[in-house]
Amino acid sequence: MKPYIRQMPAGWWLKRPSYLLFMLRELSSVFVGGYVVLFLMMIRRLAQGPAEYEAFMAALRSPLAILFHVVALAFALLHTITWFNLTPKAMAVWRGEERLPPAMMIVPNYVGWVVVSGVIAWVVLGG
Amino acid sequence: MANKTIRLEILRYDPEKDSAPHFQSYEAPYHEEWVVLDAINHIKDQIDGTLTYRWSCRMGVCGSCGMMINGTPKLSCSAFLRDYYPNPVRVEPLANFPILRDLVVQLDDFMHKLVSIQPWIVRKDGEKPVQEGEYLQTPAQHAKYKDFSMCINCMLCYAACPAYGLEPEFLGPAAIALAQRYNLDSRDEGRDSRQEVVSAHDGIWKCTFVGECSVVCPKHVDPAGAIQQAKLASTIDWYKSLLWPWGSK
Repeated sequence: MKPYIRQMPAGWWLKRPSYLLFMLRELSSVFVGGYVVLFLMMIRRLAQGPAEYEAFMAALRSPLAILFHVVALAFALLHTITWFNLTPKAMAVWRGEERLPPAMMIVPNYVGWVVVSGVIAWVVLGG
Repeated sequence: MANKTIRLEILRYDPEKDSAPHFQSYEAPYHEEWVVLDAINHIKDQIDGTLTYRWSCRMGVCGSCGMMINGTPKLSCSAFLRDYYPNPVRVEPLANFPILRDLVVQLDDFMHKLVSIQPWIVRKDGEKPVQEGEYLQTPAQHAKYKDFSMCINCMLCYAACPAYGLEPEFLGPAAIALAQRYNLDSRDEGRDSRQEVVSAHDGIWKCTFVGECSVVCPKHVDPAGAIQQAKLASTIDWYKSLLWPWGSK
């Protein structure tokens, strides 16, 4: 008896669209983390004084920095949307014999996102 | 009138003759109402009696005939030829399992994992005597675990799971869904005893929530949901043990 074991190909994640989406979702956390590092650097430069801060902001206007921001934004959106939509999977809320519709758990996330973004925008834009 | 045919490309493997699996093509009759299993049965009956595969109920309840059909794990009794015709259909044994012969895979790994999660009602003080009657359960209590009880052990979820493919120590979707089926059953008191296996590093925590298991499940068990719910419950347990470690078991 010689059972044959098939190896998973290195490009397994290219075989199905859902696998590719999964890999992109996981990759998005790298860009979210990268942006957090950038943000912390900005805070530090701010603390170091106006000259350092202005130098940092000028560096952020370079084409490479702008490209990073665009890509990071796209990945951050992917990260948020995929995880918001998966919330009902982790929480089974029951009303008698029926389960709460998934939308009732997804929508509050988006509402919260808009509200918090609105508040931050109001503060930052000097409302 | 020319009879319509459809080509099936089936992965063959004879452990006594072959060093590696290879495809073999067959022309099977095409009928509007036929499924892939019908075509395979015809091939075995009329064309090549050496073709080896598992099947039983041919109606999607026994879980025997799981195969990769054009790269997707499906029950061959539930995959209609008309969905592929006139293109050829590629049939391979279920992914992520060792091939024993042709389309038959070795399922021992799952069998061990299934037993390890204690797929039965566990009572802390033993079962109550028959004279005391049955354990009562409301429809609402039943609804909580009903979907997870629909598993037919067809293993399509393991074939679809890349985490299992890359790291076969992973407990896997069906085993965890079945553990949840019992954990959520109001008659069961065995959640603590299952935690050692379920909440282990090779248990729920090896799942990265690809979600493909739930997509391919023919009985809509939603093993991905079971795993994420188990993760949430285990995490809450951990915080509880941290915040009030004196809590009784």
